[in-house]
This record gives sequence, structure tokens and C-alpha cells, in this order.
Amino acid sequence: MTIEVLLVEDNPGDVRLTQEAFRDANPSVHLHVASDGVEAMAFLKREGSHTADPRPDLILLDLNLPKMDGRQVLAHIKADEKMKTIPTVILTTSDAESDIAKCYGLQANCYLTKPVQLPAFEALVRSINDFWLTKARLPQSQ
Amino acid sequence: MPLEVLVVEDSSGDIRLTREAFRDVNPFIHLEVAHDGVEAMAFLRRQGAYAGAARPDLILLDLNLPKMDGRQVLAMIKEDEALKTIPTVILTSSEAEADVLRSYQLQANCYLSKPMHFEAFHGLVKSINDFWLTKVKLPQQDDGDEPEPGAHAGHEQGPKKSRGTKGEQ
Repeated sequence: MTIEVLLVEDNPGDVRLTQEAFRDANPSVHLHVASDGVEAMAFLKREGSHTADPRPDLILLDLNLPKMDGRQVLAHIKADEKMKTIPTVILTTSDAESDIAKCYGLQANCYLTKPVQLPAFEALVRSINDFWLTKARLPQSQ
Repeated sequence: MPLEVLVVEDSSGDIRLTREAFRDVNPFIHLEVAHDGVEAMAFLRRQGAYAGAARPDLILLDLNLPKMDGRQVLAMIKEDEALKTIPTVILTSSEAEADVLRSYQLQANCYLSKPMHFEAFHGLVKSINDFWLTKVKLPQQDDGDEPEPGAHAGHEQGPKKSRGTKGEQ
């Protein structure tokens, strides 16, 4: 059974590294990419070109995004009765205390900072896979 | 700086196993236990005997509890502006889809089923430590939330860590 993960990330380099790291960590993961906040919301609401896209089992959300900021995307997800049950993991370069507090206040499921070095980044993707996609119970798609 | 973990669990056997597993994987964890939902809320709100209680960095919450159910505890935590930022992980023997869904609706940070066997339980505690207490960025104790009525700054545990300023704006 494939696990659907939505990565919301505007940096093509980070997208590629995340795709490669998941391919190594868990071949059952089907990674979808939205490159800005507006596209992320269209994907989640299955609007426009996303009508046939699946509901993700997990969302990995960057904070600094074009068009609509990751904090706004998070607020929309967690204010929506249907979407709020999708575990939403913040994955960002920001380690500002204000961002961490704000995201937990908006009910992010957890907050992770992107390591700069590639081996540490790959290890973090493995951790996300091991914890969220192996150990944690995720809600069934409704 | 010790990490404060609040375990809300009524089974004395599970409390003991959790304590032993954390002692093995991370000696810097300070584990506090609340045995029912009412005690958990008193601890979190620093009421009565808990006036000097530390704010937990992480809560491990069982669902089936005496006096006040874990679902109610979760709802109260996540409705409280001062408490909602504390990551709250459901750790329960319930495998029911309805409990998983309801917990995420109430904004549990994560849902874990307790394995039956000791080895697997130990492995799960190690995973909680490796992920939540090692990889994840937790909110700081004094993260700008409004203080609770009657709570004094002196109850905050430890100095605020200084951080870089390369936050995204």
C-alpha cells in the first residue's frame, strides 16, 4: 500500500533531496510536491489540476513559501474540520523561537529544522519515515 | 537541562515499564506521573499540591483513565492557550480507528499504540525519545504564552536557551 506524502517546498534542490531520501528510506512513499502555499491548498482541496489527487497521509510543510506563507497554510489546514486530522510536520530552515511557538500554537503536529549538511538531512528524512510512517498511527483517509 | 515529561497513565505496570525504558534511553529525562485525568489537569494548571510543578516539554497521554478520560484531558489541553503548545502524544492500548481519528480531531500531536510485548514497548519508548526529545524542536518553556493565573515566573524551569537569529521572516 502506498503512503501519500505531500511536500510543500519551493526550493527545487530541497525537493530533489527529499525525493531521493524517501526513495532510499521507504519505496512505498509516494511523494507529491506543491511548490507554493496556493498550490498546497489547491492540492488539499482537490481543486484545478488536483481533482484526482489523493488525500495525503502526512504533510511536510516549509514555512517560507511564495504566494501563501507556510504559517497561513498551516492555519488553513488546522481550521478545516476535514483537513485538520492530517498530521502536518513543519520542515524548515528557521530555528527562530517565535516560529516554533507560533507553529505549535497553530497546532502543527511537530516542528523540525532542516539540517544544512546532506547526511544529517538524509538521517532526518529516515527519522520522519521511521516515526511517522512506521510507528505512529495515522488516521484513515475519510 | 533535564527534559520534563508528564506521563498520564493509570496502570502501575505500564508506569514502571515507561520509567525503566526512559531511564535506559535518556538519563536526562525527568518523568512525572499523573494517575488520572483530574490529577493531570491539576498538574498542568499547577493547582493544589502541584503549585511548583514544572511545565512539561512533552505529555504522554493514555486514553482510558479514571475520573477524567484521556480524550477530555486532550480537549482541555488543546483548548487552553497556555497549554496547547505542549506536544501531546497519545500512548494507548486502543487500536480503534475511531480513537485514532478522534484524537487527531482534538489535535493530538501524534497517536501511538502500546505494543503488548515488553521488547516492542521498550523500542517504542526509544523511538519517542529519538524523535520527540532529540530531533523535534520543542517550544521553549517561556515561549511568550500568557502566564497562567497564579503561576510565577519562578516556576519556569531553567534559563531560556539563546538561539541564532536566522529565522525566516
